[in-house]
Amino acid sequence: MPMLEIEYLNVRFSDTPVLKDVGLAVPRNASFGLVGESGSGKSTVLRTVCGLVDDWDGTISVADRKLGAKRDLAFYRTTQMVFQDPYGSLHPRHTIHRILSEPVKVHRLGDTEARVAAALAQVGLDATFRFRYPHQLSGGQRQRVAIARALILEPQLVLLDEPTSALDVSIQAEILNLLQDLQQRLGLTYVVVSHDLAIVAHMCETVAIMNRGRVVETVATGALGDTASLSPYSRQLLVASKGYDRAAVDRFVDFE
Amino acid sequence: MTTRQWLLSASPASQMQARLGRAYVGWQSFRQNRLAVIGLAIILLLVLVAALADILAPYDPLASDLTQRLRAPGDGFLLGSDGLGRDILSRIIHGSRYTLMIVALVAITAAPVGLIVGTAAGFLGGWVDTVLMRITDIFLAFPKLILALAFVSALGPGIENAILAIALTSWPPYARVARAETLTVRGADYMAAARLQGISRTRQVLGHIAPMCIPSLIVRVTLDMAGIILTAAGLGFLGLGAQPPLPEWGAMIANGRQFLLDQWWVATMPGIAIFIVSLGFNLFGDGLRDVLDPKRGQ
Repeated sequence: MPMLEIEYLNVRFSDTPVLKDVGLAVPRNASFGLVGESGSGKSTVLRTVCGLVDDWDGTISVADRKLGAKRDLAFYRTTQMVFQDPYGSLHPRHTIHRILSEPVKVHRLGDTEARVAAALAQVGLDATFRFRYPHQLSGGQRQRVAIARALILEPQLVLLDEPTSALDVSIQAEILNLLQDLQQRLGLTYVVVSHDLAIVAHMCETVAIMNRGRVVETVATGALGDTASLSPYSRQLLVASKGYDRAAVDRFVDFE
Repeated sequence: MTTRQWLLSASPASQMQARLGRAYVGWQSFRQNRLAVIGLAIILLLVLVAALADILAPYDPLASDLTQRLRAPGDGFLLGSDGLGRDILSRIIHGSRYTLMIVALVAITAAPVGLIVGTAAGFLGGWVDTVLMRITDIFLAFPKLILALAFVSALGPGIENAILAIALTSWPPYARVARAETLTVRGADYMAAARLQGISRTRQVLGHIAPMCIPSLIVRVTLDMAGIILTAAGLGFLGLGAQPPLPEWGAMIANGRQFLLDQWWVATMPGIAIFIVSLGFNLFGDGLRDVLDPKRGQ
């Protein structure tokens, strides 16, 4: 059974349809990529799954449980999200300790001290970081803290919303390796949203290509090299991702 | 390891050390502002004088002696005597207690009310926001002193009622400030993250939103202190605040009004006291804004 299964998901933001009949299935312990241009709705899929979007219809199942309108506490122990911008996702007036210990206390997991220390060690930060404020950390270190916060509740499904796009190129690889390492050790399932095809091709086995709120097609990342078998939109996205080319851009068409 | 090194440590060993270190950095930047330090000194002096009033005051502030009435400053009384022969210096010293009481009580009642109303309105939105903000608007539509006057007239004159009236009229601007801050914070990723941790709404407001609003609220309250002191003095002057023979500064000015032309010191001395304390709070508030303003980066 898939870890995450979405069928006929529709989302509107005050009369504007944002997602139209989105469907996807993510197997356990897999990495699933979601790519598309800005505004294609890829982040909205993640935000809807984890309960940040209130107005949706369709079916979403996580770990074989259908989600209702409201998410309960238990849901947050199965699904967590890592945000794009580590400068905005950590509370500026909370120490790292507070950021990591609050979920432990809320879910009454007990043994806060040990859990916080373990969570920091897991993402490769030593104990000296524990009582620092986010402004005393670099972007990469902040993203590590954000990953530690997502993992401290021991989720099975982790949604990654452009986890490296706000970071330096040199740090990106570090964070990606950390994520892959954690996936192997903890048996996590990832859904990775990115506009960077290279990252998705590197991390994921399967990728769904989105355009204007629809999933255009779902393909194995290995098949991305064989452009002939792809739909016209996917081919165009692949060309665009190779860098700016005046002649190629002139040939682009709008796909509805 | 010196205390300074301990405070500035890049890797604090406890929550406490991290907080103290942060406070120390704030104090460092506050200290750079000379005027703010002067303001702080004035406030500390006010607190000290109020605490030691019984020791510092040369005379009993309430003992009248009609043979000594309206003595000029220096003539047996350092700041002169009033229409009933009471020492003005002693009365000002004891009056500092009332000023401090008014300021403290208004701050600890109005600021939390404003904070709760503002954050609740901003965070919950919808009809809660509409109802709370319209109530706030109604309060803001009246001039503060007039509204306080109306409350005191309804409640009856007296210093407790004056404080209550001032507190009732001064929370709406705090609610506005808190709401504005809440709206900017509400959509932040760290609030979304808090939701995803399953943190309850109450905990989100008190633990995540309030800490972002409190700095600007503290600055606002400190800058309002001068206005609160003046409103209290105004109520005292109109006979609706502290009742005679209490040595409240505003009431003392009212008392000196009848001698204003010939015995200027009776009204002027408490006026100077009000001026200095108001100035102190304003200078302190300005310095505090430089330190606490969350938009200052870091």
